[in-house]
Amino acid sequence: MIVNGKNIDQKETAALKDYLESAGYDPSRIAVEKNGVIIPKDKFSSETVCNDDTLEIVRFVGGG
Amino acid sequence: MRVTLNGKIVDTECKSVFELGRGVGGGVNPDGGETVVILNGYQLSKDAGLKDGDTVSFIKKGVMPGRDELESMMAARHTPGAHEKLKAARVAVAGLGGLGSHIAVSLARLGVGELLLVDYDVVEPSNLNRQSYFISHLGMKKTDALKNQLADINGFIYVNTVDAFITEDNAANLFKGYNIVCEAFDNPESKAVLVSTLLSKLPGVKVVAASGLAGFGSSNDIRTRVNFGRLYVCGDETSAAEIGCGLMSPRVQICAGHQANMVLRLILGIDDA
Repeated sequence: MIVNGKNIDQKETAALKDYLESAGYDPSRIAVEKNGVIIPKDKFSSETVCNDDTLEIVRFVGGG
Repeated sequence: MRVTLNGKIVDTECKSVFELGRGVGGGVNPDGGETVVILNGYQLSKDAGLKDGDTVSFIKKGVMPGRDELESMMAARHTPGAHEKLKAARVAVAGLGGLGSHIAVSLARLGVGELLLVDYDVVEPSNLNRQSYFISHLGMKKTDALKNQLADINGFIYVNTVDAFITEDNAANLFKGYNIVCEAFDNPESKAVLVSTLLSKLPGVKVVAASGLAGFGSSNDIRTRVNFGRLYVCGDETSAAEIGCGLMSPRVQICAGHQANMVLRLILGIDDA
């Protein structure tokens, strides 16, 4: 699949939350778009990702 | 030819800007240094030719103009055509800390016609190292303290305030009707929730957010990037506020400036960062 413009080999379908954690993202501090649709945080567990998907992930750090 | 003179459309046969000035009510003396002369957003130091469609302001220093002239004089240094679009715009600011307070001040100076300012907090001493508040504001609600400042900056805009804690549940309702919302929170989890909620529940909204402005790293690392087609993220995306890394005025204001300029660009119809 494509994550932030880079090709990632995602052989098996996985829960989005599992993918995000395995890739080192803190799911509570990101905004995620899958195939052009924003995925709300409460859908991270039920949503899946597979090799055909395109993800865009924006990470937020604190300060303001 | 037809020109705009101190906000009013007038017909004139004058060939030059200074000639036009000498004919203004009582006559201004553009050569004397006591009158500021602005042609199409640029302050003139010598005379210039006048052409149809020009916008000219003559501002006598030390003289309080009438309310009908003041607004056009305040916008005289804007790029021509910007003022009308800005006046028709509505922008919301979520969070009135270091980012939000400075964004709001910039938007007021721009003359954005309607602002919505939302925060639940009061001004306390540790805010003053970077936020647009004064010692006299300590203990005041940020919404009230900021609204008072904006009234002193630009009395020609509407400023709506909501004293509330923004959540996943109330965000869409608070910000519906605003095409542009600035995310100006401190907490990273709150940033993520607000951005995701607005983008998923308000179709068409553009969100101008911030991530990475703590410390005193290079100013040049702070940039604006577009994501998801309608999320603009300003900051270096790495410098987090944390134990041992503070938040200070310069980078906070640089980032707030990025956000305010992105809002300006969007209002003027420019979508890229």
